[in-house]
This record gives sequence, C-alpha cells and structure tokens, in this order.
Amino acid sequence: MSDTARLAASPFTAFTKSDPRDRGGPAQPLLIVENLSRHFPVRGGLLNRRVATVRAVDDVSFAVRKGETLGVVGESGCGKSTTARLLMRLIDPDGGSMVFDGDPVGGRGGISINAMRRQMQMVFQDSYSSLNPRMTMAESISYAPRMHGVPRKQAAERAAALLGQVGLNPRVFARRYPHELSGGQRQRVNIARALALEPRLVILDEAVSALDKSVEAQVLNLLGELKARFNLTYLFISHDLNVVEYVSDRVMVMYLGRIVETGPVDDIYRRPRHPYTRALFASKPTLDPDRRTTEMPLTGDPPNPIDPPSGCRFRTRCAFARPSCADHVPPLASPFGAVAAEPAAHLVACDVPEAQLAGEAGHA
Amino acid sequence: MTQVSATTTDLAGPDLRLSAEAEAPPPGAAGGYWHAVGRRLARDPVTITVTVVLLGIIFISLAAPLVAGADPYTGSVLSRLKPVGTPGHWLGTDETGRDLWARLCYGGRLSLLAGVLPVAISLCTGGLLGIVAGYLGGIVGTAIMRTIDVFYAFPSILLAIAICGLLGNGLSNSILALAVVFIPPMVRISETVTAQARQLDFVEAARASGTSTMQVIGHHVVPNVLGPILVYATSLISVSIILSAGLSFLGLGVTPPRPEWGLMLNSLRQAIYVQPYVAALPGVMIFITSMCFNLMSDGFRSAMDVKLNK
Repeated sequence: MSDTARLAASPFTAFTKSDPRDRGGPAQPLLIVENLSRHFPVRGGLLNRRVATVRAVDDVSFAVRKGETLGVVGESGCGKSTTARLLMRLIDPDGGSMVFDGDPVGGRGGISINAMRRQMQMVFQDSYSSLNPRMTMAESISYAPRMHGVPRKQAAERAAALLGQVGLNPRVFARRYPHELSGGQRQRVNIARALALEPRLVILDEAVSALDKSVEAQVLNLLGELKARFNLTYLFISHDLNVVEYVSDRVMVMYLGRIVETGPVDDIYRRPRHPYTRALFASKPTLDPDRRTTEMPLTGDPPNPIDPPSGCRFRTRCAFARPSCADHVPPLASPFGAVAAEPAAHLVACDVPEAQLAGEAGHA
Repeated sequence: MTQVSATTTDLAGPDLRLSAEAEAPPPGAAGGYWHAVGRRLARDPVTITVTVVLLGIIFISLAAPLVAGADPYTGSVLSRLKPVGTPGHWLGTDETGRDLWARLCYGGRLSLLAGVLPVAISLCTGGLLGIVAGYLGGIVGTAIMRTIDVFYAFPSILLAIAICGLLGNGLSNSILALAVVFIPPMVRISETVTAQARQLDFVEAARASGTSTMQVIGHHVVPNVLGPILVYATSLISVSIILSAGLSFLGLGVTPPRPEWGLMLNSLRQAIYVQPYVAALPGVMIFITSMCFNLMSDGFRSAMDVKLNK
C-alpha cells in the first residue's frame, strides 16, 4: 500500500519508543497540576456586581504519569470539562500551577503556554462543532502544523498520513467537508487533528460519549492503537464508568469541583473508599442478577456549585455524614497507609473511618 | 459546470463515487473554500441572472454619457411629461421636459453610490468592530456594544437628518450620515454571530493548538460569520438607496437638478395622474436594483453555506 510508504516517510513515526522530547525521565510525571482553581463570577443586579461565585474547579491537584491513561469520572457539572479547558488554558485559572515534564508552565524559567499546547492536545465531545465547516478534512488536520510553520505540501502529506492512521482512506476523505462524514468518522478526524502537532498528552473530553456503542468501541480500540504507536499519554474524561474502567490505568473521581478519590483503576473499582465513589458505582447497573445493586443509590441533584456546602461538599447527600464533616474540607489522604507522595497511591478525601463505612452498609 | 464532474456524479452511486474520488488529485492540490463557492455560484441560474442585471445597471450608469443620448439637465417646456414611447424620448420626459432615459442613466450613478458606499463603509467599520467585540468580549466588547447602544436611542432617519443638518447638505455628507446610521446594526449583527461562532469547539481547538488570535479570527471566525453579515449588508443597500432619496427630498442630500432616482421619484410623484408610467420609472429602477442586491445576497449565502452543498 502506498499509505505505508507515506507513513514510513512521515516524521510521525520517528518516535515510537524513545521520545527525544522526554526531559525528566520515566519517573517524572508528564503533567503535575497543583491547586488548580477556577471560580466563575455570577454577575447580576445593578452595575453587574459580583453577586456569587461558582467554584467550578476548586483546589485540584493531580499528576499524570508518562504513558498512562488517567480516567476522570463524575456527574455532569462536577468540573471535569472545566478542568480540561484549564489544562489547555482555553480559560485562565484563578490559581494553581502546572508542571509539564519537569518544566513549570507559563512562569519564568519554564515553558510557555504555547510550547505546552504543542505537546498537549484535546479532543472534544461534539465531533461536528469541533471541525470548521468551511474546511476540508485535510485542511482541518494540516491547519495547526501549518500555523507552526510546516510547509503546505508537507502539512498536507502529514494530514493524509494521519487520516490513514485513524482508519480513514485519505483519497476518499481528505477533500470532504465535516457534514459529509458520520459522527464516528468525524471523531476519527478530530483525533487526527489533535495528533497533527505530535502531542505527548491528549485530553479526551467525553470524546466517545456521543458515539453509538459499536462506533464507540471502534474508536476506543483506535485510541489504544494510537497510544501504543505514538507513545501517548491520555487524560480520559467520561461519565461512562464502564468505558473508564476499560481504558484507564488510574481513575480520578470528581465531585463539585474537587477530587474526592483517586487511585489505580482496580482499587477504585473493587475497593471504592469514598462514600460518593461507592454511590456512583452503586448507580452503575449490573448485568449479574446475583449481584443486584443493594447500596442506596444517589438521590437528588448535586448541590448548587454557586453555594457549595461547607466542609466536605458531599455531606448533604452522604449516608455517613457526621456533624464534623461540615467543619473542614477533608484533605486528599491515603486511607490504607500507602505513601502519599507516590503518584499512583490510592487517595481519599473523607474523614469517616473505614470501619464505620463498612459497618453501616455493605457494598458489593 | 464542468462536463466531467457532472457526468460522474450523475452516473455514480455511492460506491462508484468513492472510486471517482479515488482518482481525484491528492489532497492539497484541491482548490480551497473560495473555489468551491465559485463552483456553486456558477451552478445557480438566479444568482447569475441578477448579477448580470446588476452589472448591466452599473454599466449603463458608468457609461451614461455614451448611452444616454441626451443631456440630463436640459429640457423643453414644450415637451413636458411626454408618455413612454415618444419619438426622441423613448421613456418619456419629466415635469420640466428632460429626457427620462438620460436622467435614469445618470441618476444610477448617484443612486448606486448612495446605496453601496454607506453600506460598504459601515460593513468595514461596523463589521470589524462587531467581530472584535464578539470575539474578545469582556471589557472591550462591553465598551464597544454600549457605545453602539447610544446610537439606538435615535430613530435612524432622524439620526441621518441630524448628521446631515450638522455637516451641511451634499452627496458626501449624506453618504457619511447613512454610513453612521448603518454602523450600529452592522456591529450588532456581527457581534452576535461572532459570539456564537467563538464558542464552537473548532475555534477552541484552533486556540488550543497555539494559533494566534488574529489567525483564529481570520481563518476560523470570519469565514463562518461572513455569510450572515454580507447578506445583511446587501439587504441594507436597498434601504440605503431609499433613505438617501429621502434625504435628497428634504434638501439634505443630492440637490436638484442633479439626477438621482430617489429625487426623481419625489419630483415626479406630482405627475402620477398625468403620466403614471413615467412617474413610476425611477421607483422601478430602485425596486429592480434592490431586488437584485437581495437575490444576489441570497445566492451568495447559499453558495457560502457548505452544508447546502449537495
């Protein structure tokens, strides 16, 4: 196939195993986020005064290790997408810092936001609105490289190669417009577009949520192939617990703008510790009649993030809430004695002792 | 358009079409978006027709000394208000006996100028302001939009009259006055469509790949908002012709005896019972011209809307 020849010529295949851009070594997390916050002012009244604040993302800290897939789960409105946009700096954070492969982002002595964006790209949920309707697929994919100075011809070749790599025949699809493609095909193009700058970290913001189940599976498999081929690291944002379990190495559970629990996928899925995580998994329907859902599922909507509960934000819906939960925000700490500094540790933001959780209600 | 592509699309079902496209030149060699717009325009007979009619009107206006055949200023009291078809005056004469065909030819110059120029000025300034306000938002956007709101406090024709009265009469002042009148709605339209477009994910994706603000506006925002803005602008041309006629009537725009369609319509309206066809002619010209501009803008909107492309 001529595609193969073109692939071999592409600069894209240059780094499959040892990445020349790697600076910090394998132990250095690719991305460290510390105390990231974004509060949206709610304006109203006379003279557009700030009447309230939505704490969309509040004091979020985490690390993404090289080559892993970090899943982010949580209900709608918990700040998953805002976090993604903060990471890309599509919106400016109110506070917090980021370190990309050992380099502080945006500060003195670090890398610029644009330099970070070259290594970090994003795939959006809405496959249609994330493609310019006035551009062909080849133009959309080659746009970012061209803006970064890649000559037109080379950029077009790279676009064709990328289309092939996401499973679309470039001879058929390169000159098509977004409305001429199906949702799955468009999302493949979006993935190709995100890969065109040869990023190391790809943020997948509900990237497969809008697709049919069969197409979703195909795209998930494609993401897996691309991850291996291009040495990618994924931040996989989804509300679909099954999909997150399938793709993730580690999982981060968010609730009302905060991380409530994080840890390896097996720990989180088999031994969820935070009452919210438990309730979340309890709400997941099981196909096994012997393992019916017994734990009380979550009721009601999450509280209004404009005026979040004091202390632990989950306490208003928590079956184990104690008066002391209102006093202070429980820190993200290790419940099982693991070393907290280790990036892969299982961490929980809950003050209620484990014994009490186990005693009051059993979970499957 | 091209015979080859037409036949392949007609004959080919979906499967054959794939193979047809497989033989297409490699990506990158294809013409860009504007080529596609041109191809679609070429397949639209209505747009072609009205564009030809408009070009004809523009040509006759520009070539008025050659095609008029009579002086638009000299008339004879003996040949006042002759009907259409009079020998020597095939479109009749006006209330002072001037040849109407000559006056229509020459009048087109001022009417088209008074119709197009204010819109063009407001399109450039208002469109730019609106796109900037819509894209940047925040303090800059608020400052621009609130300033524009001040102009909405006055009815547009009164605003034009006030500006004309301030600057004195004359064609250039009436053009300027109309441009000022058209800027606020132009800013509003372009601000609204831009604010909508900037929230689309592809704009965010472009920003996320490190594209500069100017490039994002130029490559992603403007092509996607130009359609509605241009359509609105062309629809303003007819309004502009009529408003400038109104200003002339009030003695604030073009002054008699210079020929201008709006002014001619106003002075001939007294003769409507004597020579209704002659009196209607300037109005017919205004109607045809604005109709053509409106239909042309519709055609351009369809051609620029990729989704309508079959």
